[in-house]
Formats: sequence, structure tokens, C-alpha cells
Amino acid sequence: MSTTTSRALPAGLPAPGEESMTKPYWDGTRKNRLIVQRCRGCGHWQWGPEWICHRCHAFDLAWEEVAPRGRIYSWERPHHPVHPALQGHPPYVIVLVELPHADNIRVIGNLLGDPLQEVKIGTAVEAVFEPHDEADRPYTLVQWRIAV
Amino acid sequence: MTERTLRGKTAIAGIGETPYYKHGQSPHDEFKLALIAVLEACKDAGVDPRDVDGFASYGGDRSEATRLAAALGIKELRFSNMHWGGGGGGVCAAVANASAAVHSGIADCVIAFRSLAQGQFRRYGRGAVAVAAMGEDAFGAPYGLMSPAQRFAMKITRFMTDHGIRHEALRAIAMASYHHAQTNPRAVMRGRPLDEAKYDASRWIVEPFHRLFDCCMENDCAAAVLVVPAGRAKDLGQRPAYVLGGAQGGHHRSAAPVHNAPLYASSHFTTVARNLYDMAKLGPKDMDVVQAYENFTGGVMMSLVEHGLVKPEEANEFMIPSNLYAPSGRMPLNTSGGNLAECYMHGLELVIEGVRQLRGTACNQVPGAKTVLVIGGPMVTPVSNLILGTEDTL
Ligand SMILES: [Zn+2]
Repeated sequence: MSTTTSRALPAGLPAPGEESMTKPYWDGTRKNRLIVQRCRGCGHWQWGPEWICHRCHAFDLAWEEVAPRGRIYSWERPHHPVHPALQGHPPYVIVLVELPHADNIRVIGNLLGDPLQEVKIGTAVEAVFEPHDEADRPYTLVQWRIAV
Repeated sequence: MTERTLRGKTAIAGIGETPYYKHGQSPHDEFKLALIAVLEACKDAGVDPRDVDGFASYGGDRSEATRLAAALGIKELRFSNMHWGGGGGGVCAAVANASAAVHSGIADCVIAFRSLAQGQFRRYGRGAVAVAAMGEDAFGAPYGLMSPAQRFAMKITRFMTDHGIRHEALRAIAMASYHHAQTNPRAVMRGRPLDEAKYDASRWIVEPFHRLFDCCMENDCAAAVLVVPAGRAKDLGQRPAYVLGGAQGGHHRSAAPVHNAPLYASSHFTTVARNLYDMAKLGPKDMDVVQAYENFTGGVMMSLVEHGLVKPEEANEFMIPSNLYAPSGRMPLNTSGGNLAECYMHGLELVIEGVRQLRGTACNQVPGAKTVLVIGGPMVTPVSNLILGTEDTL
């Protein structure tokens, strides 16, 4: 499983807050694993997190590991800094990644590599785990790179 | 069983606005702006403000109905209503909610309003400066996804890419708003015309479809409309703008968290547009004027497509400025300048402009306009829309 010590974005952006519903997800990323919701009632994957399965209304949602690869469903490249931490920082790429092997759920991250690279919808990508060990409450983000 | 509809049952009898200020430049507190707009709408209609008996708003308006009622000495409050959802998605819903209250007999004389002093309070275009991001933001903010422009950009990227629509189509939307603002004395961007070169040279906010001129302004302002039963509107001072239909909501799981709506590349009007046309007993070809909320021009593009006004495969050809300009364009769009160039009045300026078009008093009047389609903030949830018409359309 690949991890990175370099950071996609500068320090000072908000960290993911601690919440009971999403704790299994963030506990998973600390172990370099992508863990999302899967319904024990109907077996379907679900994301973003919710207390109930939107298909069968089971509250019995499991958290299961999913292969950390997918394809770019959409993308954007912000230029205008909307947060003080991004002042003077060059543009960066955000991707919405679809996981075809998990009912096409979508997850968000940054696309690593040249921030000015051409981005194409449908491109295969794989996850790179980006630990923030120095944070008061350490966390790990899930970033993406073009699959080799 | 009688038909369940708002068609022709209520009308907008009065419109009121404060001056439109750049953000931070209002000399007045946000609540005072609200009071001014309410009084202006009542004056326009020739109604004693003390006879107003209801208030409807949206977007989490801070000017509460009960405080307005107390401040204005309202005789009796019978209806107060806040529509869920951020942004201007609820603008048309506020008018429809007021209409529903009036038609059902809950109230007789309801103000739909919005007051917004972004100088006094936090601006929308800035990310929240918090140490920890909670809820859905926890999956966006750490990746630098935090402003409305960034939240909606990937819907637009996907839609434009799927249909091969070029950025020039969005440029035409921006140019229509700026063009119309030049003759509008209320418009914040009057005297600052926009041409292709200026648009093309403007900086990126978010690639690939948000240049500076694709994004709405932020302003300090308030506006209000007065909704009364159709029969009463005829006896008041102004030519009534009848509510022919109103719809709100969104398609299946359009608000699914973390960008997981099954139909993602959408302005969220697929079902809402259908429901609106059904109630109004009209279709896209019957619309004389279109007022489409510009949070971002890409959202306008998607909402025009989802209202059946433009086919996606014809968008590059159709979306040229001359087709969108009043008085003679094929689809006059945002004829007062809208959120981009008149004022970011959270879309209520679009409703008011629709009323002016039907009264025949607009600054860019479409001759003989009998119907107006108003489309509320696209891409948020829930969204809402409205069709207004003259007496001829009843
Ligand atoms: Zn289930």
C-alpha cells in the first residue's frame, strides 16, 4: 500500500473532525486502508456515511475495506484561495473518484503529480495514504494518483 | 374532487427592494434592510403594512418573522415559514409557500422576502476558518474543497464534458446579465460592461469552467414581494403577476452526501421542472422571458437544459449573446442583470424582474411578455422554480 510523506496541500487547512459515525473510516485510513459502509441487510456499498441504508433501511451498516482504486468521475482545479492556508499557493487538483467494484460509490481527494496536468474523466487512479502524524489528533488523508 | 393547484389562485401584488450595495457597503443593519424592503413592497401594492399577516423566507434568513411582525406592528401573525436549504435554492419556494398559505386560507397577505448583509455577516465565498471540519465538510475541506464555487464545479465539469458544451456557452450567459445591467439604474455593475475579451482574460476561480465572470457577486441588500389572493390582487394598485405554478425539491437522492447523487451532473431540476410545467399547464416553448439564478453560469446552463429550454446537443450553437438579449432575442435571459450584474439578492431580484416584465415596466422590456419562468438556485438542494403570468394566461 502506498503512502506519501509529501503533502498535496499546505499545512493549516481544517483537519477532519472527530465524529462517532465516521470514526471507522478515519481509523481505517490511519492503517492505510480504505474502509467504507456496506449494508449487512442487502450487501450494497454506501457512501457518504449515513446511519441507515438508503436501499433497505437497515441500520446494521458494516464498515468494510474496499480496494483503493477507481476512476476519475469528475475533477476541478481551484485557483482562487478561499482559505488563509492557501494564500499564495499554486492551483491544485481535486478529483471525484468512482469505485466501480463498490456499487460506484464516489470519494473525494487531491490528484497528486503536476498540479497543472491535463485531467481526463475516466482515468484509472489508485489511492495514496497521506499521514498527518504531527496533528493534535493524527489523521490520514486519502489522495489519488494516476494508476500505473 | 377539485384540482389541487396554485394555478391562478394567487398573485404578486407588490414588489420592494432596498438599494443594492456592494458587500460591506450597506449603511444599514441587515434587519433594517429587511424592514425597508417589506415597507416598499406594501407601498407598491397599496397595502397597509400592519395588514400583512405572514412572512416566508429561505436560505436561513436571520430576520425572523416574529421580530418583523413586532417591529412593524403587524395586527396578527398567521403564517411564518422558513424554507430549508442554503443559497438561493428556496427563492421560488418562498413565493410558492406564501401562495400556498394564502390559497389555503391560512393567511391573506404574505410577504416573501430575503435580507442579506454579507458585510455584517460572513461571506459565502470564503471557506470557514475552523480547526476541524465536521459532517460532510470533513471529506472536502482537508482537500481544499470548501467554497460554493468548489462544491459545484465538479457537477459542471462532468455535465459540460459529457455533452461537449464549450465554455463560450457560459460566456454568453455572463454577457447577457452584464448587457442587461447597463440600462438598469439599480444594477451594481451598471457602467461596467463585459465583452468577450474581458471575459476571456478574467482570472480562474476554479478550472475548467469558473472564470471570475462565471461567479455571482456578493452584496448587501433586501427584497420582498407581497402575495395575496388572485381576486384581491385585481383590486389593488398594480397589474397582478399571477402565480401559474410553483415547484420545489429534487430528484432521487440528489442530496446524497459527499457528491454521491446517482444523477450527479445536474442542476437538480429534472423532476422539479416537470412538476412546474404540469401545474402551470405550460411548457418551455410558452415562456416569454427566463430568469435563471446565476450562482455559477454552469448551473444556469444545466438548469436551462433541465427545463427543456435548450437541448444539450444544440447548446454550443444556441447559447450566443444575441439569442439571450432583450427585447428581441429568442430566449431573453436575466433581463435586469441577475445575480451576476444587478445584485446578488439571492434570486429574489429575478422574481421581481419577472413581475416588472409582466407589468410592462422592465428596463429591458420584452414586448408583450405574458409569461415568465423563474429558476431558483441550481445545484443546491432543494431547488425551486416559478411561472408567473399576466391575466391573459389565466
Ligand atoms: Zn441495505
